[in-house]
Amino acid sequence: MNYHWDWGIFFKSTGVGSEIYLNWFVSGLGWTIAVALAGWIIALALGSVLGVMRTLPGKLLPAIATAYVELFRNVPLLVQLFIWYFLVPDLLPTPLEMWFKQGISPATSAYLSVVVCLGLFTAARVCEQVRTGIQALPRGQNNAALAMGFTTAQTYRFVLLPQAFRVIIPPLTSEFLNIFKNSSVASLIGLMELLAQTKQTAEFSANIFEAFTLATLIYFVLNMSLMGFMAWVEKRVRIPGMMGGSK
Amino acid sequence: MALDFSQIIPALPGLADGMALTLKLLVMAVGGGVVLGTLLALARLSDNLLLSRLAKWYVNYFRSIPLLLVISWFYLVVPMVLSWITGDLTPVGAFTSCLVAFVMFEAAYFSEIVRAGIQSISRGQINAAYALGMTYSQAMRLVILPQAFRKMMPLLLQQSIILFQDTSLVYAVGLMDFLNTARSKGDIVGLPHEFLLFAGAVYFVISFGASQCVKRLQKRLAV
Repeated sequence: MNYHWDWGIFFKSTGVGSEIYLNWFVSGLGWTIAVALAGWIIALALGSVLGVMRTLPGKLLPAIATAYVELFRNVPLLVQLFIWYFLVPDLLPTPLEMWFKQGISPATSAYLSVVVCLGLFTAARVCEQVRTGIQALPRGQNNAALAMGFTTAQTYRFVLLPQAFRVIIPPLTSEFLNIFKNSSVASLIGLMELLAQTKQTAEFSANIFEAFTLATLIYFVLNMSLMGFMAWVEKRVRIPGMMGGSK
Repeated sequence: MALDFSQIIPALPGLADGMALTLKLLVMAVGGGVVLGTLLALARLSDNLLLSRLAKWYVNYFRSIPLLLVISWFYLVVPMVLSWITGDLTPVGAFTSCLVAFVMFEAAYFSEIVRAGIQSISRGQINAAYALGMTYSQAMRLVILPQAFRKMMPLLLQQSIILFQDTSLVYAVGLMDFLNTARSKGDIVGLPHEFLLFAGAVYFVISFGASQCVKRLQKRLAV
């Protein structure tokens, strides 16, 4: 079998319009980032609320949050994605359903599904980290805040959460990286993100090896730079004198 | 939208075949992943700088790319490379490709668990083993690893539950695992939603049940 090595393939025309293969990778990376960031906003917001709920006194609110976490952690991501993409639109009221299926482009509907899916999926994980962060604080913090006359909301807002979020930056970083990696499932519902563009390049150019090598490199570099960025954030917000962070 | 679950009953034998494939893949991947992961952890902790660097790179590399990309590598690219080397054009097959991908990928995650497990054993244990005249491999095999594995059992099982859910990604290469079987059966009888929900429920029951068992085990093992 003769394989045609060609590392210059990325600068060659795809034969579709005036694009070169590199354009496909750039647009794929764009979608990957767009999916991951939008999903992360949902995950962080909802996950924080759920995490706080799990630590509240009382029974009902913690139970709801626990049920949410168990449900979203024990169903495979791909099943959840199929539910959001194939099933949920059929449950929507008719005008909304028509809008989802015909009013917007296939790329937009796939994008919305995958963002909601990844956001809610990752929220369950963020919730657990937030809960751990809050529970890791000394009990005295909560008691002192209440003794000073803070309401529960104020205690969380001014005392518990600012400390808890700093503690959990490392595990949150790995969830943040996971959402980028998990966004590759979007290729299975036809969204042209990085992995899908890689496969398309492999099919169009037959330079399979080069295409997958570039994709792997992009994921690797993306991962490393995000890790570096989060390490910088962690350093910036560190409280002097806490958690080994003498300044 | 009215749901009709009655058609699932005649499809159960087919779905069971799909689940058999999922479980076969899971068991083989966990077995291979733990073995390779343990070797990686030992390499990582060895005094040999080269071995330890290599193991570190392996783990960092596989942890920074998506599993789906790894599956694509082993399904599309690696068989091609193998056929140049061996000149043999027989296809590797989707199952083998996926199995190798899972073993290589999960080994990176298992190795971190094993490494933490080994490091949690006190140094006195290995010194005592050496003092008794044991070689490195005897000390590891007879003294350190048995204790380490007992300690990290809950984490290894938890990771296996995650792997159980991740096996559904073989959908990407068309392997007829449980999810893919459910999807195709649902499409054939025209009830895709019912079959999808059923598949989700089955995954949930198994994962949830298994993680409750792991939690109980964790409590029993706790000192």
